[in-house]
Amino acid sequence: MKRLSIAALASGAMFGIGLAMSGMTDPRRVLGFLDIFGQFDPTLMFVLGGAVATTMLLFRFVLRRGSPVLAASFQLSNLKHVDRRLLGGAAIFGVGWGIAGYCPGPALAGLGIRSPEALWFVPALIAGSLLHRLVHRT
Amino acid sequence: MSSTWLLALAGGVLIGLAATLLLWLNGRVAGISGILNGVLFPHSRDVAWRGAFLLGLIAAAGIYMAFVPRAPQPRADFPRAGLVVAGLLVGFGTRMGNGCTSGHGVCGIGRLSVRSLIAVCTFMATAVATTFAVRHLWS
Repeated sequence: MKRLSIAALASGAMFGIGLAMSGMTDPRRVLGFLDIFGQFDPTLMFVLGGAVATTMLLFRFVLRRGSPVLAASFQLSNLKHVDRRLLGGAAIFGVGWGIAGYCPGPALAGLGIRSPEALWFVPALIAGSLLHRLVHRT
Repeated sequence: MSSTWLLALAGGVLIGLAATLLLWLNGRVAGISGILNGVLFPHSRDVAWRGAFLLGLIAAAGIYMAFVPRAPQPRADFPRAGLVVAGLLVGFGTRMGNGCTSGHGVCGIGRLSVRSLIAVCTFMATAVATTFAVRHLWS
């Protein structure tokens, strides 16, 4: 239990440094990337490309093991179907991302430097998750 | 290649390594929206590692932005109403679609999930369309 938390702390710290170093925490850069019909800023292609190339290369070796180092088994989604929920949810997320330039990771990272925008965005993010829970339960 | 692009690439690789570390050691997917949700609405004993992950992310990113020279600084002039509307949509959408940029993007594509690839194409498309609408049609 304790070792799982230490491993997660290390992973989270690496993730956070990666977000800050790459420029992902700067919503101006994110919106510049999404603005392909305006002043397109290709920087984020390097971030997403670097991250995805790394996981595509290394996940194969990790998953070839029967189980992770500190836990009994890999906890992976085995959902396969593409339904309206997946497409609708992704579409709604994209609209929110395109408005302000924050996805969840960079928004949380902003809390670390007490970014005034993160202090507005993150509570709204939590409220949105809560809203989904309420709607979904009925 | 400019130093901005090199830092972007290095940061991206670091994000990929962080996700690999979590999968290798804990067997878990580094999806931020899912991890946050697991802390907000705990229904298992997995709150501790999720909290530790978020703590590490927030603290390390904060320290980097505060102390590393020329680190990108947060924006501060976006309209609050826009932040609230965007936050609500991102929170609702990522729960409905079961993932965000990290879960579907970095991890899902990393394990060659078609479902995640379709989700990424969908949110990229609506994000580009929304940015276009806000920047070029609205104003």
